[in-house]
Amino acid sequence: MAKRIDVSGLTAYYGSHKAIEDISMTVEPRSVTAFIGPSGCGKSTFLRTLNRMHEVTPGGRVEGKVLLDDEDLYGHGIDPVAVRRTIGMVFQRPNPFPTMSIFDNVAAGLRLNGSYKKSELNDVVEKSLKGANLWNEVKDRLNKPGSGLSGGQQQRLCIARAIAVEPQVLLMDEPCSALDPISTLAIEDLIGELKERFTIVIVTHNMQQAARVSDRTAFFNLSAVGQPGRLIEIDDTERIFSNPSVQATEDYISGRFG
Amino acid sequence: MDISTQNTDEAPPPTSQPSAALQKRASRGATRPGDRIFLGLSRGSGIFLLVIMAAIAVFLTYRASLAISKDHGNFLTTFEWNTNTIPPVFGIAVLAFGTVVSSIIAMALAVPVAVAIALFITHYAPRRLSGPVAYVIDLLAAVPSIVYGLWGALVLVPHMNGLFGWLDKYFGWTGIFSWQGGAPRSMLTVSILLAIMILPIITNVSREVFRQVPQMHEEAALALGATRWEVIRMSVLPFGRSGVISASMLGLGRALGETMAVATVLSPTFDINASLLDPGGGTFAQNIASKFGEATADGRDALIASGLVLFVITLLVNGAARVIIARRAEYSGANA
Repeated sequence: MAKRIDVSGLTAYYGSHKAIEDISMTVEPRSVTAFIGPSGCGKSTFLRTLNRMHEVTPGGRVEGKVLLDDEDLYGHGIDPVAVRRTIGMVFQRPNPFPTMSIFDNVAAGLRLNGSYKKSELNDVVEKSLKGANLWNEVKDRLNKPGSGLSGGQQQRLCIARAIAVEPQVLLMDEPCSALDPISTLAIEDLIGELKERFTIVIVTHNMQQAARVSDRTAFFNLSAVGQPGRLIEIDDTERIFSNPSVQATEDYISGRFG
Repeated sequence: MDISTQNTDEAPPPTSQPSAALQKRASRGATRPGDRIFLGLSRGSGIFLLVIMAAIAVFLTYRASLAISKDHGNFLTTFEWNTNTIPPVFGIAVLAFGTVVSSIIAMALAVPVAVAIALFITHYAPRRLSGPVAYVIDLLAAVPSIVYGLWGALVLVPHMNGLFGWLDKYFGWTGIFSWQGGAPRSMLTVSILLAIMILPIITNVSREVFRQVPQMHEEAALALGATRWEVIRMSVLPFGRSGVISASMLGLGRALGETMAVATVLSPTFDINASLLDPGGGTFAQNIASKFGEATADGRDALIASGLVLFVITLLVNGAARVIIARRAEYSGANA
């Protein structure tokens, strides 16, 4: 179920503004790949091109190829809705559906995909909440609204919602930046467990976090404000943080950036 | 989130010897002339509003009590409006029925269409189209109600024959849609006209609510692989529900009080007609408008009494709407 992502020559625009230019990389299945780089360098934009969320933004468009195993996500006849069912996403701010209960939040994706028996739904919801390390905290109040949980719990609820539909890939856009250190730790532990089953790509501003959770790290940068962001290098996380091959990466990581 | 609590200003540390000027200012509150004038103006406006409301309530209640004390029928249940006979016999049953029925049908017709238009403008239409469509809807709201009435009487009424015939043929057996072939100046025509009139306000308010759905709620649904309609069902409609209810109540309020359009289109009789298609019935506002000119002093008091009932009905409708909104507050988008 975890698949490889192969990106080649990907360029993304907002209207006439080129946000990222000519990005190519490979993301291995069952691994965690972290994207780091300064604000505005296009890491989030690039992440959103991987499940075709970028084009939801007015004026958003993409050139280039994204292969999921051998299938081009931007090929002819590919339904973006189907792509997003295969590649799940977790956002910066926890966004459970405020009008739904905890149970309905987790079941939401399944209900989109077809009709399930109540018992099947119960099983999947329990499994997903356990997978997101949230089950013990919410099992007695599954019918309460998800918006009543704490920020960290809401974010794990969103992860449970994303993994409930068994995606091939899980994209995370700064999933901890709105959370306190304890909740952050819980999410990081969870990422370590989830990579056994999913291919995970995570955008983060926290370099310690990238060092802690990821197997490979990609560094993005832009030459000047208004210029498109580029991929500077991607390598094993250990190597990026100890002995990167590009000077700009070392400057950024050691705080000599800008 | 909790921005407000984080941003509360810390109290300044107490100074040991506050200067005389600071003390003076603190003791007298607003002392600058601008502050005083504005305080007076805003406080005066608030009090003025309360005085007007109280004056209206006292006037309505006083004149209504005069009329009701002279009424020899039951004010709530009598099917007559004879204010000039001795003794006068009148009741609001027919008016209450006609007002409530026509307004509810108008709402039932208008709300789904208005919500659909609002969704089209905010979520389906390309930007080039959504602007003009919204503008035309705004224009509809600017048409005076007497113009709607004229259009209703001259255009809508003659065109209702076909619909009425069809309804009578297939649904006449229900009694509600039976038609004896009279001019279609009936409750259903009135309801359709009212529906058109309240469409803009419901559309505009719903549109604003749908536009305010946080991007992150829509993206949550999109990222799960929701189609556009599923995004609307999962994120937009639940978030907008209380707003749509408020919008509907605004529309209902207008329909309940609409006067000229109803008076121009309806061919009123003072009885309750089971059929919505046969002419007859009446509404509070229409009845007041058509009878006020030639009413005696007592007749005017009776009409004012019926106006008081309309006032109370509108209050009840608004109260009910607030209850509906409050009951769903726990699940509303407001505490996201």
